[in-house]
Amino acid sequence: MKLFSRKALIAIFAALLLLLLAACGSGDSDSDSNETSGDSEDPITLSFLIDNQTVTDGLEAVAEDIEEKFNIQTEFELRPGGTEGDNIVKTRLATDEMTDIMWYNSGSLFQALNPEEHFLDLSGEAFMDRVTDDFKEAVTVGEGVYGVPGESTFAGGWMYNVKVYEELGLEVPTTWDELLANNDKIKEAGKVPVIASFKDTWTSQVILLGDYYNVHSVDPEFADKFTNNEAKFASTPIALAGFEKLQDLQDHGHYNDEETATSYEDAIEMLATGEAAHYPMLTTTLQAINDRFPDQVNDIGFFGQPSDDPDNHGATIWIPATLAVNANSENADAAKQWLEYFVSEEGQETYMANMKAYGPYALHDVELPDDAYTAVKDMMEYQDAGKTAPALEFLSPLKGPNLEQITVEVGLGMVPPEEGADKYDRDVERQAKQLQIEGW
Amino acid sequence: MKSNKIYSYWLLLPALLIYALLFLYPTVVSFFFGFTRWTLTEWEWIGFENFRMFFEEPSLMIGFKNTFIFAFLTAGLKVVVGIFLAVILTSKLKTKRFVRSTIFFPVLVSTIAVGITFSVLMHPSEGLINVVLGMIGIDGPDWLGNPNLAIYSVALVDVWKGLGIATVILIAGMMSIPNDYYEAIQIDGGNKWNAFVHITLPLSRPAINTVVMLALIGGLRTFDLVWAMTGGGPGFSSDLIASIIYKQYQAGFYGLSTAGNVLLFLIVAIIVYPIFRFLNRKEVDL
Repeated sequence: MKLFSRKALIAIFAALLLLLLAACGSGDSDSDSNETSGDSEDPITLSFLIDNQTVTDGLEAVAEDIEEKFNIQTEFELRPGGTEGDNIVKTRLATDEMTDIMWYNSGSLFQALNPEEHFLDLSGEAFMDRVTDDFKEAVTVGEGVYGVPGESTFAGGWMYNVKVYEELGLEVPTTWDELLANNDKIKEAGKVPVIASFKDTWTSQVILLGDYYNVHSVDPEFADKFTNNEAKFASTPIALAGFEKLQDLQDHGHYNDEETATSYEDAIEMLATGEAAHYPMLTTTLQAINDRFPDQVNDIGFFGQPSDDPDNHGATIWIPATLAVNANSENADAAKQWLEYFVSEEGQETYMANMKAYGPYALHDVELPDDAYTAVKDMMEYQDAGKTAPALEFLSPLKGPNLEQITVEVGLGMVPPEEGADKYDRDVERQAKQLQIEGW
Repeated sequence: MKSNKIYSYWLLLPALLIYALLFLYPTVVSFFFGFTRWTLTEWEWIGFENFRMFFEEPSLMIGFKNTFIFAFLTAGLKVVVGIFLAVILTSKLKTKRFVRSTIFFPVLVSTIAVGITFSVLMHPSEGLINVVLGMIGIDGPDWLGNPNLAIYSVALVDVWKGLGIATVILIAGMMSIPNDYYEAIQIDGGNKWNAFVHITLPLSRPAINTVVMLALIGGLRTFDLVWAMTGGGPGFSSDLIASIIYKQYQAGFYGLSTAGNVLLFLIVAIIVYPIFRFLNRKEVDL
């Protein structure tokens, strides 16, 4: 009997040991953060979560300024981009482990995070006056405004190699047919007319999303009707056109070979070296091109995705990603100070000295410098002519999660555009039901 | 005697606690959340709505088809090739230690690493596989980019990766067969083939069954290799049930993806249990 109890004790002891080990694991990090925030002599350290695909040169430079001026340190934490990153953000918000400051898309993705609950309302802050209304709209929920722009505005459309255009004597197309004609000539010259980089599936969406100017300029109500379950991609010809264009390029043989094995990185190289003429992409790519091909970056121009009317040729604009402050942050004041400095004239000067814009800034009184990228200057022409519209995801909270797979299917010619559009409508329906949007 | 029995239960306690906390509890709870609209912090009971929506998923049929193809193909190949290798590796081969470790090696590599490596090797024009095929005059296919081929390419890689475990289990089964039987068949005038069919195969049945079950269950819920190699693409052509569920989870549809997992659990159970019963009935006692 005595033997039994001793062995039982050992078993319990072993179990306790396991529990202890588990407890230690989480205990370590706690004691770390207490050390830094407990002592008032020490600088405050703000944690900052950002995806690993955004170039952070500008943000880091501003963070250094802030450390010098306000004794606030910034610790950048990296997460993956795309849907995987969304997941991490949502999980960390739900488990109350979000960093003090967070970088995230504005628009529909941001609104899906339930900002009222998780982020600090900045609408009362004086520095919000510097932010443009277009941006504020993309981070507003109800009465609250939950973020400041973390980068410049950018456009989605066609990046093209100016040298190839000059070589072949081509002109920037103003209609889709002109674009196809250009592609034919480029193909004859032995170059790839349009890059399809479907290995990174997200890149396949740009032709559809970048077509939204053509929808918006004809039917500005489409976004509202789309949100209210009154308009569908499959049954609205101007919206369906985006899917048709994806297939059109495949039918004409204008894409490169090996679409699904070509990555975003491959595409950048093909465009910069002039192996290919067009890449339907966001202008944020300029930063990546500049990193790898600094001598070629100004050979790259931009034009909006054309439609049928040559007089109505515009560009689709993406609202910048946002910086939001965690509502439960212990360092909320310091985080607000961080944002205030970031959007201030001084902060933006530092930012721009370290990072070139890929479009106009979403702040008042911040002008683009003269040495902006060629493609950005091209984009500004649309902006100055008033021929721009925001992408659908900034006008509607709905963006179906499977869009990138569907655009790959349509782009490869696996399904016809009507079927792709119908699939996407059903994808959106599921999301609307999850978000409990009225009318679904 | 009695205290001995209780004593053994005490030893089970730590493992049981961990099992209950990390496996039983989440399983039971997931049955509940499958019926809710769930944002991780809040939930709302919506009955069978999630299950209805899950079955409406456009790529679900592709997912089912691919899952079954994948599970049965990989399980079959692992058993057949595994038996072949195990027979060779239990013979008097000189380099058998070396070959054994070579075959087992892929098991030690992380699945994601295997997936990334093979997606590079399977690149249609620059990948090593097609370059080598090109040298001998064969125009290799686009392994992962061809929608009709992608799932089979992934299945082959899964076989390459999982073969080591299958072979090791089968070797263990074959080694446990007493030599007396082989001596008996020799005396009766049987050749090597007779020995294989009448002794090795039936008597390594328990090992074969284990391999079939493990490979089948593993195949039905495979996810990581497909995700690393094709992401379910091109389009939805190599989606499995598990990758569909994962995409729903990524989209933030937590209730829906939990419902999908409950279904996957039931499907695996419904398929595997009868097969398990069937295989066990045919086992021969040593």
